[in-house]
Amino acid sequence: MIAIAELGHYALVLALALALVQSCVPIYGARRNDPVLMSVAAPVALAQFGFVAFAFGALVICYVTSDFSVINVFENSHSAKPLIYKITGVWGNHEGSMMLWVLILSIFGALVAIFGTNLPARLKANVLAVQSWVAFTFYLFILTTSNPFFRLEPAPIEGRDLNPILQDPGLAIHPPLLYVGYVGLSISFSFAVAALIEGRIDAAWARWVRPWTLLAWMFLTGGIAMGSYWAYYTLGWGGWWFWDPVENASLMPWMAATALLHSAVVMEKRNALKVWTILLAILAFSLSLVGTFLVRSGVLTSVHAFASDPTRGLFILMILVLFIGGGLTLFAIRAPLLKQGGLFAPISREGALVLNNLFLLSACASVFVGTLYPLALEALTGEKISVGAPFFNTTFWPLFIPLLFAVPFGPLLPWKRADLLGVAQRLLGAAALAVIGIAVTFAAEGGGPILVPFAFGLAIFVITGALTDIVERTGLLRVPLGTAFARARGLPRSAWGTVFAHIGLGVTLLGIVGETQLGTERIAEMKPGQSISIRRYDLHFDDLVDRQGPNYSETAARFTVRRGGELVGTMEPSKRTFPSRGTGTTESALMTRGVGQLYLSLGDLNPDGSIAVRLYHKPLVLLIWLGAVVMVIGGGLSLSDRRLRVGAPKPARSKAVMQPAE
Amino acid sequence: MTRRQRRLALIGSALSVLAVAVALVLGALKDSIVFFNSPTDVAEKHIAAGTRIRLGGLVKEGSVERSDNLRVRFDVTDGKNSIRVAYQGLLPDLFREGQGVVTEGTLDGGGLFKADSVLAKHDEKYMPKEVADALKKSGHWKVDGDKSAGADPQGRTQ
Repeated sequence: MIAIAELGHYALVLALALALVQSCVPIYGARRNDPVLMSVAAPVALAQFGFVAFAFGALVICYVTSDFSVINVFENSHSAKPLIYKITGVWGNHEGSMMLWVLILSIFGALVAIFGTNLPARLKANVLAVQSWVAFTFYLFILTTSNPFFRLEPAPIEGRDLNPILQDPGLAIHPPLLYVGYVGLSISFSFAVAALIEGRIDAAWARWVRPWTLLAWMFLTGGIAMGSYWAYYTLGWGGWWFWDPVENASLMPWMAATALLHSAVVMEKRNALKVWTILLAILAFSLSLVGTFLVRSGVLTSVHAFASDPTRGLFILMILVLFIGGGLTLFAIRAPLLKQGGLFAPISREGALVLNNLFLLSACASVFVGTLYPLALEALTGEKISVGAPFFNTTFWPLFIPLLFAVPFGPLLPWKRADLLGVAQRLLGAAALAVIGIAVTFAAEGGGPILVPFAFGLAIFVITGALTDIVERTGLLRVPLGTAFARARGLPRSAWGTVFAHIGLGVTLLGIVGETQLGTERIAEMKPGQSISIRRYDLHFDDLVDRQGPNYSETAARFTVRRGGELVGTMEPSKRTFPSRGTGTTESALMTRGVGQLYLSLGDLNPDGSIAVRLYHKPLVLLIWLGAVVMVIGGGLSLSDRRLRVGAPKPARSKAVMQPAE
Repeated sequence: MTRRQRRLALIGSALSVLAVAVALVLGALKDSIVFFNSPTDVAEKHIAAGTRIRLGGLVKEGSVERSDNLRVRFDVTDGKNSIRVAYQGLLPDLFREGQGVVTEGTLDGGGLFKADSVLAKHDEKYMPKEVADALKKSGHWKVDGDKSAGADPQGRTQ
């Protein structure tokens, strides 16, 4: 038998050795200004990617061939599992997910090596070296504490199977997206540290960093949305966000990355906020590290994970201290050397972007406290507490709502200094539409909570406010349609990107308000032949059927759905039993109606033949994730902007004009 | 505006947003955190009726009693003490007699715990960690040989 696992293991060791070379040689070359030593970085980064890809491939082969002599495969796979879940099961556990992490890290390293041809040689060498410090630490972590290639003697005949809840297409998509997002931020980090090492930074730096941050941000947005939808349909509780530490761990880097994107704009256009942008780049990746580690190692759910596996726990702590502490220390030492940038009045585009950063980071900090406070308290006092949705709803939203209100103003404000009143006047149309929205919701909802119409109004304001910018710049309502269309085509893609991203935000908000405030829930025990109704829908419970799946058996309840007497379809929620683990899952049934959904899931089957059902009507719920898709499209448009790809730095104006008139 | 004034405006607004954030966090930490207790803790600490807590332990064998409208009552025990819990609604998939459970709600005057949510945040291997700790403390912890670290992040059930 070919010892594929061992080959994978060796490949990883070789990658470690290469990472060590790439960590030292280019940076030494940059100091000595030796082009030969600096040029070592790129080919080594490519080779490193090759070896990691081989190691990862080896692990995938072990899973696909169900080689249970490998402990990791034995613990997380089963021969009867469908092929797709054999593959996705690779990253459904700690060791495998770390392999996916380093694979993506090496892909990013290779991409910088390939596409970084327009970077100054020293910057490129330093960036790749820093990138390799991260890679080296992670390879070492995997090899010493989380090696997925260890064998088991004698080999068991059958594996323990993957947790059934993870046997879902969601696992195929969600973790890779999220990891691309997390790891993508390592590039921003490497650029920041490289800039600090050189002690020099300019607007061009922001132009090189922005596309990488944007790419990471897009994946992070998609990954979070995907995870949320997965939790929504798979857990059977109809919730899409639980303020669970796991979710918070992905939300925090997202907020930091969003802040970074906005501050990098200021840096690129106005050469200001340089020090701040560097700090954000370090913070964003630090939060990614915290996210990856605390979640994956189980430390977040228990301080005692340190006690149960001290080497792994200590190693994780060391990595966090090394990169976060090291990054911040370097920042403290070198940041004062960086030159201050352009001036701006508090009320200006720059001012608005600073405000954006302030609110985003405050909201991020409140989530951080809520996520880690229980851990700190338990470590210090032994007292166990839970910080749940009430905490986050009372801290996050009051910080996020003013930000949402400010979003339409930002893009309309000119750089340097602005006339807030004038901008407010330009937003009158958007505000009027929002007021109409408030009135309509108020009339339709009648005695509902007073906050609902206003929340809808805010969402409409965010959307129409974003459109205002485009309407004005194209002169849509003033000039002939053809002219406006031609102007729209002439607008930079990044302008469209902003509009889409902001519209997406508004759309998501609409969905959140609709789902949380206007949704209805019914719980009942039903026997076949009975009916249940929600809103204008009637669901008739036809019968219970037993079915056999590839590696499970299930009991499905068949429901016929009618609306006002008219047949609209059937829903078949089920309960699955997986014999290999003796566990089960609840598969809820979803019926999409417009952008709303009916959601039906099953509870316990009673001895008298009745079954508990949970039925939700969720209006607008799909907008939550569609909004995220719109945001990602916005990111993609911005990423395709020409200025991020070609040419030399092009400052907005020359230095002389930039001095603001007092 | 001079450079100095601008900087002051910037720092001022930063500090005020930060102050608001700190106030919100502190306020929320005071009001909306929930302490975890084992049945023994409840017995020893004399927790006032109406205080929101989490109660965790094992579902006592033979104690689950169902009635109509999805009403259910069961005992949560840590081996030393047990507390009767009343709940109405769907129970999570992994709710079983002899298994770990975490419930959240309030005690009424008569020693009955009225739960409004029941969590089984574990699979067959994974015991909710608060419950495991409470069992270890009361000396009823059985090592079953399975490693419990590294719970799958998506394995949450609420």
